[in-house]
Amino acid sequence: MPLAAGAALAGLFVLSLFLGSAALSPVDLADPAARELLLVSRLPRSLAAMLAGAALAVTGQILQVLARNRFVEPMTAGAGQSAALGILVVSLAFPGAALGLKMGAAALAALAGTLGLILLIRPLPPTQPLLVPLVALVYGGVIGAGVTFIAWQRDMMQFLDVWMTGELSGVLRGRYELLWLSALTCAAAWAIADRLTLLSLGEDAARGLGLNIPLVTAAGMVAIALATAIVVVTLGSIPFVGLVVPALVARLTGDNLRRALPMTALTGAILVLAADMAGRTLRAPYEVPVATMVSLIGAALFLYLLNRRPARG
Amino acid sequence: MARRLAILGAVLALAAAGYMLIGARGNWGFVLPFRAAKLAALLLVGAGLAVATVMFQTITANRILTPSLMGYDALYVLVLTALVHGLGASGYAALPPALLFALNLAAMSALGLLLFALLARLARGDLVRLVLTGIVLGLLIRAGTTFLQRMIDPSAFQMVQGISYARFTQVEPSLLGLAALAILPALALAWTLRHRLDVISLGRDAAAGLGEPPARLERAALALICVLVAAATALVGPLASGSLGPTSFFGLIAAAFAHAITPHARHAVLMPCAALTGALILVGGQTLMERVLALATPLTVVIEFVGGVTFLILLLKRRSA
Repeated sequence: MPLAAGAALAGLFVLSLFLGSAALSPVDLADPAARELLLVSRLPRSLAAMLAGAALAVTGQILQVLARNRFVEPMTAGAGQSAALGILVVSLAFPGAALGLKMGAAALAALAGTLGLILLIRPLPPTQPLLVPLVALVYGGVIGAGVTFIAWQRDMMQFLDVWMTGELSGVLRGRYELLWLSALTCAAAWAIADRLTLLSLGEDAARGLGLNIPLVTAAGMVAIALATAIVVVTLGSIPFVGLVVPALVARLTGDNLRRALPMTALTGAILVLAADMAGRTLRAPYEVPVATMVSLIGAALFLYLLNRRPARG
Repeated sequence: MARRLAILGAVLALAAAGYMLIGARGNWGFVLPFRAAKLAALLLVGAGLAVATVMFQTITANRILTPSLMGYDALYVLVLTALVHGLGASGYAALPPALLFALNLAAMSALGLLLFALLARLARGDLVRLVLTGIVLGLLIRAGTTFLQRMIDPSAFQMVQGISYARFTQVEPSLLGLAALAILPALALAWTLRHRLDVISLGRDAAAGLGEPPARLERAALALICVLVAAATALVGPLASGSLGPTSFFGLIAAAFAHAITPHARHAVLMPCAALTGALILVGGQTLMERVLALATPLTVVIEFVGGVTFLILLLKRRSA
């Protein structure tokens, strides 16, 4: 299964290199200008889509373990909006702040936002699993309204739009490298995959098996906050990836994260890269933002997952 | 109860006077009619949406559902965008406002009935699934709208952007009359349903036993709700504040406050109370934001913030109760 997904991703990746408003085909590569285009624009863009997709899908999976619920993901559940809040506050306080500072503020805010979410949904009864995503969506909306309020008062709505709508058209060499950090968070998640699987069994069972629950929870939240902040800072918010990818993958591979996580990362990368390619071709030479394409696909898939009749019972 | 309604009415009158008079410098012959048109729009929209929400909550037998929570606001922008997409910017601009309003009202009412039927089918009686499906359907409609907006040319896009936010600051006088023609009769018809709504709030079985078939009343109420929300939205635009929040919470706050002010009341009291509360929230909020605090942010953003918190409190309280 991972082999097939990997092959599909590789195929898409190669196709993506030669897809765009400037015509470029493999035979052109003898020309230095064409190589320049490939290295400065196409390659970074394709890599950015794959890295972001993998990170979003993996962090979605982590949040679903922490929340013990299949229907939540960080980007729409407060972490994405909090990250935007962090960037906004830093941009207002220190207008010339370096990217690193913005990134740090976004990560801290996203961490606080995730913590708030976990505290909010902890008391909800496990008998009503759909309450969790409902509370999460509204919680994200409240933070988003706060962000909009500040942005409107300070005349920053246009900037806000940049962070809230994920887009890849601005990705060039030198502007996306931060995303490699998010690959590190994926690797870290893979390293503690077994512990996360234990946590998904429920707290009592996990504690009985000797798991340090606070530590694993904290590690998961830090991974979520970092990856979300990186994606929001470099590309903007991309919703629904963390929601639908883990849900689809779990149907194929089951709940053992050691097996599921690589598949989740691959599928997330495929989804975002394919969505970006569709956005590039549908109205060439103009573009549809990748966030819009992913929302269309993701919301439709989510509605299906939410309302399909259970297979048994 | 009558005293509470009277107090509410007095506060509303005060807020309206404040809206008309605070900072009214210069030529009163110009300022007062100009503000009166906006005030009338606020009153119509506030009362219409609040009464629609109360009816919706009664026929669905819960306190957290609202029509716009079910993705109804998102439909409006989709209809507009589709119109601009189909006719082109110049074709759209050439439409007389009255025809446009009628088109909007008809399309929204029809699509709204379709939407509610679809949602009821999908949810299969599970309330939380219903709300969640509605919100996500709203997100899907919104994504579809953004997608369509990317497919039209920039000047048409600007036009769509301008009309897809609630705008109490510029109300077309001719539309005001049309909207009143739709909203006031709908409110009157809703008033005639008040006793039947009392009966159905006893429960579907009890209502059927008392000779009030729930399905028929539900159809009548839903039609009124669609007209009320569609007319209000066509007058001022959707109250949802944009792409960040899930949806508009205005109706939710208005209905929640109305229930808090007149607890356990029959619809004969509840509906006027909701109408007054809704109008008060909009008029008072707009007076506060525009005249007293001089804030640039649209009222809708604040409503979304307060409404979201209210929603979470209602939801979590319902759990612990």
